[in-house]
Amino acid sequence: MKLKTNIATSDNGFIFNPATGDSYTSNPIAAAILTMMKAGKTDADIKLQLLDIYEVESKALERDWEDWILQLKDANLLEAR
Amino acid sequence: MASVTDTPLVIGVTGLNAIENPGPGLSVIRSLREGFPNVRIIGLAYESLEPGIYLHNLVDKTYLIPYPSAGSDALLQRLQHIQAIEGMDIIIPNFDAELQNFIKISPELQKAGIRTVLPTHKQLEACSKPNLAAFGKQYGFSVPKTVSISTVDELQVAADELNYPLVVKGKFYEAEVTYTAYQAQNAFYRLSAKWGTPIIVQQFVKGTEINVAGLGDGKGNTLSIIPMRKLYITDKGKAWAGITIADDKLLDIAQQFTAATKWHGGFELELMQDKAGELFIMEINPRFPAWIYLTAAAGQNQPVALAKMALGEQVEPLTDYQVGKMFIRYALDHIADVSEFQHFSAFGELGP
Amino acid sequence: MTQKLKYERPFIKKMNTGLMNKFGTQNEATAVIDIDGVAIKGLVTEYSSPLFVLSEKQIRRNYRAALRAFNTRYPKVQFAWSYKTNYLNAVCNIFHQEGSWAEVVSGFEYRKALNNGVAGEHIIFNGPQKTTEDLLLAIQNNSLIHIDHFDELYALISLCEETGKKPRVAVRVNMDTGVYPIWDRFGFNYENGEAWSAISKIVASGKMLLVGLHCHIGTFMLSTAAYGVAAAKMSELAIRCKTTLKNPIEYLDLGGGFPSTNTLKGAYLPGVDTVPSVDDFAEVITTTLLEAGFKHEELPLLILENGRVLIDDAGYLLGSVIANKRLSDGRRSVIVDFGVNTLFTSLWYDHKISPAQEASQHTDNVVLYGPLCMNIDMLRESVNLPALEPGDHLVVHKVGAYNITQWMQFITMRPAVVLIDEQRQPHLIRKAETLEYLEMPEVLPEYLKGVK
Repeated sequence: MKLKTNIATSDNGFIFNPATGDSYTSNPIAAAILTMMKAGKTDADIKLQLLDIYEVESKALERDWEDWILQLKDANLLEAR
Repeated sequence: MASVTDTPLVIGVTGLNAIENPGPGLSVIRSLREGFPNVRIIGLAYESLEPGIYLHNLVDKTYLIPYPSAGSDALLQRLQHIQAIEGMDIIIPNFDAELQNFIKISPELQKAGIRTVLPTHKQLEACSKPNLAAFGKQYGFSVPKTVSISTVDELQVAADELNYPLVVKGKFYEAEVTYTAYQAQNAFYRLSAKWGTPIIVQQFVKGTEINVAGLGDGKGNTLSIIPMRKLYITDKGKAWAGITIADDKLLDIAQQFTAATKWHGGFELELMQDKAGELFIMEINPRFPAWIYLTAAAGQNQPVALAKMALGEQVEPLTDYQVGKMFIRYALDHIADVSEFQHFSAFGELGP
Repeated sequence: MTQKLKYERPFIKKMNTGLMNKFGTQNEATAVIDIDGVAIKGLVTEYSSPLFVLSEKQIRRNYRAALRAFNTRYPKVQFAWSYKTNYLNAVCNIFHQEGSWAEVVSGFEYRKALNNGVAGEHIIFNGPQKTTEDLLLAIQNNSLIHIDHFDELYALISLCEETGKKPRVAVRVNMDTGVYPIWDRFGFNYENGEAWSAISKIVASGKMLLVGLHCHIGTFMLSTAAYGVAAAKMSELAIRCKTTLKNPIEYLDLGGGFPSTNTLKGAYLPGVDTVPSVDDFAEVITTTLLEAGFKHEELPLLILENGRVLIDDAGYLLGSVIANKRLSDGRRSVIVDFGVNTLFTSLWYDHKISPAQEASQHTDNVVLYGPLCMNIDMLRESVNLPALEPGDHLVVHKVGAYNITQWMQFITMRPAVVLIDEQRQPHLIRKAETLEYLEMPEVLPEYLKGVK
């Protein structure tokens, strides 16, 4: 999944979608994932890295990843494919 | 004339929502800045879009505070946190719905060095919309006939007694003039969803709207009274423009009010003068009105007088004011960057 | 190897630019990990989830504080525990141990009180339905029968004739106290003279002893003034009984109705900040009675039948998260293992709900659903909670009143109830229901047995 290129994210975890004018906050892990997505990492890479950094089973992460993508879609932050 | 202190005064002010139904905060701040040129103003906001947050020439720094519905404990904790950073001398709350909590925590605020000038819970309750009729009866003020109701079924009973048109009012804010049972029902549902119950149903009185801003010293004396006639009213019933007027009857009614209640702090009487010249008290607001800057412009700066009361200074009653001073309210699109909005939304504070 | 970071589900939250919502949303992020020092995790592990937990310490503290509020202001005060509020025997016996009489509103509650060892003359029998059998039992035990309507009054007169006994009775009075709607479906009306007519009939019959007057003006009353009005009208009746009928009244029972600090749905400010205290009610009631015109030595005994205010905040419901779910409009919802059938009071309160384990301060607005396969099963429409994982625990506060009597067995069974004593020892005081218990009263006709 790719973030839209013009999405503005900040170190504090703010997200601004210039296309809609909406702003979002994110919890620390969401901010970390957004940074990785912006850096162009693949989903698989990001998940591997998360498993490495966080105390989480891959099954649980997989489940939450679905929800995460749903949230980004809902917020209109993903590149249409 | 400004109080002589080495460190500038720090005053916290709520009600920064200068929108179409404006809170009094920005008017209070303008008044304070005239009396205390070096004052540092700490804005206290409930929402990240209250305009005052972004008006840095008026508000030095703004903090987000929890909604009244979160309770007095949450408010106290937040204010104690802010106090550790800002060292406020005074807080002036300007929002009806928050007063209950501010009154409750005022002893703790005092301990933290924050002074307030507030009515008591009893005074607040006695003048509340649901109790206005009883209040008028007790002290001999004319008030429109009023019924408090909790269910929509009671509307019919109220309507039989008061006849249409009826004014349907929310517990804290907002009122609608309704002409049919259908309109009244809609108003009931809308206002009870927003402000809870009871809903106040009031007899409609036709006449001229006059408002009086006053300041009571808590001992029965009135320190300032400014009567204002609304020149034009928006569809929300708010004054668009108004003018100071002179009429001894208006001064009398305000003085009777403070004498009867021993009111402590700012208040506004919303009056209606019918064709026969009788004055009805339509509503009593337990705080300064949004047009309070007009009192400063007319020569009786009520917010400054209140701040001096808070500081323990002797405030002599103000008696002279200029008649014919007008206010014309205007809207202005203030420009801000999204980063300010994001910063305030996320961190709950904005400013140096 | 470096320590891994604590994981939390990633989420983003839209910054609010909508209209001001003056109700806001309560932030319930602060974790509550124990009750009276007993770890919630341990309780759930030992007794399963969901689980009601009652604090004996808090019950006794509430009782003593409320009694003190009254007996420091008035010479003769008696509390009677309102059985319908919570009639678990363990709970009733705590109140009886503290000195409380029993106030019951049905035959089975009456028998429960007898079984709990309450002396017959210390049981107040209220309510619109008392069967002939119930009345006979109450007469035998010399209990206080509070008459609700004329049909009951006439029935009692015939029973007196049959048994030759003279029961001790009171009249339940309803009245206008300035709070509406008036509870005029119970008892006899004061304003229209019905109450006086009932009183006169009882005294004239010569078959019963009219010893008391009773009223119960409403529930979750937020106005102390209404109790002042009630106390004044009751006093007037009592004094009239003495002067006109030469029948002095021994006691005035002002019923219950004091609110707990729960927040009613639709209320703007939270209950803790707006609800009058027992002291406020006591002040109004006792001042009115003391100034009503009784001679000091003839002041009637003041009986109060409070329930809710004495136990609501001593009760907790522990539950567990079953699942997180995103709704079609993007909102997050959390499904938990207790529904509206278990937490009946969620229909009229916005209960405070806390996570039972440490969580981050990042909260999200969620809808809280119960486990029932029924659309009505929603516990909170909007509450701010931190990210929760399946299996995480939640604590619902102030559930001690009316839940353990109004709960329903529906789709799920009723859970266990644990009492934490004053030495922090948990005791199981009601077992969780089982299929066997549920099917015990069922009778299966022979021809329907063994159906494949």
